[in-house]
Amino acid sequence: MRRFILTRFLVMIPTLLGVALLVFLLLRVVPGDIVQLKYAGEGAFVPKETLDLERARLGLDKPLWRQFVDWMWGMVRFDFGLSMWTGRPIRTEIALRLQLSLQLAIMATVIASLLAIPLGTLAAVKQDTWVDHLVRIFSIAGLATPSFWLGILMILSLLILFGWIPPMTFTPVWVDPWANLSQLIWPALAVGYRYSAMATRMTRSAVLEVLREDYVRTARAKGLWEPLVIARHALRNALLPVTAVIGLEFAFLIGGLVVTEQVFNLNGIGMLFVEAISRRDYTMTQALVLLVGVTFIAVNFVLDLLYAILDPRVRHR
Amino acid sequence: MGERVFELPEIGFSARLEAAMPRGVSALLWFLRKKPLGAAGALVIGGMLLMALAAGMVAPYDPLETDFGAMLGPPGRAHWLGTDAFGRDVLSRIMHGARTALLVGFASSFLGATLGALIGVASGYLGGRVDLYTQRGMDIVISFPIIVLALTVVAMLGSGTFNLILAITIPFIPRVSQVVRASALSIREMPYIEAARALGMGKARIILRHMFPNVMASYLVMLTAFLGQAILLEASLSFLGLGTAEPTPSWGLMLRGAAVEFAERAPWMAIFPGLTISAAVFAFNVLGDALRDILDPKLRMA
Repeated sequence: MRRFILTRFLVMIPTLLGVALLVFLLLRVVPGDIVQLKYAGEGAFVPKETLDLERARLGLDKPLWRQFVDWMWGMVRFDFGLSMWTGRPIRTEIALRLQLSLQLAIMATVIASLLAIPLGTLAAVKQDTWVDHLVRIFSIAGLATPSFWLGILMILSLLILFGWIPPMTFTPVWVDPWANLSQLIWPALAVGYRYSAMATRMTRSAVLEVLREDYVRTARAKGLWEPLVIARHALRNALLPVTAVIGLEFAFLIGGLVVTEQVFNLNGIGMLFVEAISRRDYTMTQALVLLVGVTFIAVNFVLDLLYAILDPRVRHR
Repeated sequence: MGERVFELPEIGFSARLEAAMPRGVSALLWFLRKKPLGAAGALVIGGMLLMALAAGMVAPYDPLETDFGAMLGPPGRAHWLGTDAFGRDVLSRIMHGARTALLVGFASSFLGATLGALIGVASGYLGGRVDLYTQRGMDIVISFPIIVLALTVVAMLGSGTFNLILAITIPFIPRVSQVVRASALSIREMPYIEAARALGMGKARIILRHMFPNVMASYLVMLTAFLGQAILLEASLSFLGLGTAEPTPSWGLMLRGAAVEFAERAPWMAIFPGLTISAAVFAFNVLGDALRDILDPKLRMA
């Protein structure tokens, strides 16, 4: 087991390095850099010396490999550096936004699971009846509806029905839980519904598979009450792949809510990312991409471990 | 689940298709009866294709024509779905927007699926070190959420339809290649591949002429699965202002800015383009599901 963990852990390192290198190069190979963009707004002609001076100040005059090594060395020491655009430390900028994004991701995941597990189980138990079809249509509709449009509709109906719109500024939970919830519950619902679709399908097919197992037949044969058969024997064994899907979606939610944040005017990681990339803020974009990549890869790692612990067959693959 | 299709052994795509489907007109009826939801999806897509092709003739107004006398007009006889903040006809813009959506959707999912399938087949067939490195490379690209990668590419290259297609294509490639590689691995051991090798055929020829046609099922399934996603991505990127550029009509673009600002006064500006996006993506998804059930039951969860 220890060897399995170690090898799985070591495999993560080249992938992460690759992610870092990819974003690093992607930002730099395209013509037009941050310095040009910074001075472009001033309209007047800017002498080349000024541009070069600014590039030197940001360390962009060094050879590429040197810049990359410097960045990586900083990462190893958890030093994210300064934003090239605002000059503020990246760590504080991200920390501010991560609060919101993390909370939103957790809430959306909870909502998605609360929708997906009961609905998926129901669809499996009632396979090929109208209930099953209805659940299927409901979840495909979730996949098909852009969450930003759902967001617009939500705000619009709140406005028309109650003459009220959710607060626009973020309040941390511990300051005022009510204000916090009344802002974040809407985007969490919009996103949670969308992300429940995959998990619903997964739950349905996993439960269907388990329902054919011998132990379920045994449980039924000894006269166990059907809901208990489903809850205790079927669902519990079906939950592992469902957890995997939900876990991966959670990882994507941290950085992937770019559009939803825009609609609800939430100042989260996604917004920061759009801002950073449109300003060619190299250091900030790199840090954010790496953050998202690390989250995804780490969740994958944890899921692999979970599988290995719960299912001994995986370990010896 | 009891259909005969599902018990067929792993054989070529065309053989499976023949076994699964009657031909000609009866095939159409068969599909309609077996997969009513998928058929409905196909119908909606057909309608959208027609709308996109004939937009120039069918649309009641020029999608770019502004009419400041009719700004934010409600749906009525003159403008069936109302007008936007510049007095442009919403219905005409939706019709012309179908062109952008379908062009970007088809082009990027076709490119993504084709490149992904080629990489997947080659990687699976060649195996060994090539396979290992390709898979690691794909792992790297896959650790970016689709929207984040698409956004990065489009922000680097600039907006515009071509760059948009490219930006949506890239995140699809590794996702397709993973699935296709899995089918390629099982095909590699088939006797006919063995035979091709014994006849002294080159690797490129085996990959292109013998492996690729036989992963067609997974290829088609992935292609349709990504069509809906591509349309959604186009809308999202345009909504963020990074995709299709004004004044080109695009569904996502129609939801941006004024549609949100005037949502209370002119809700039709937000409601109809959004409904169109949902309908299109829904149609592609149900059609994709139906195709997957017929062509490749093993991909059920992909």
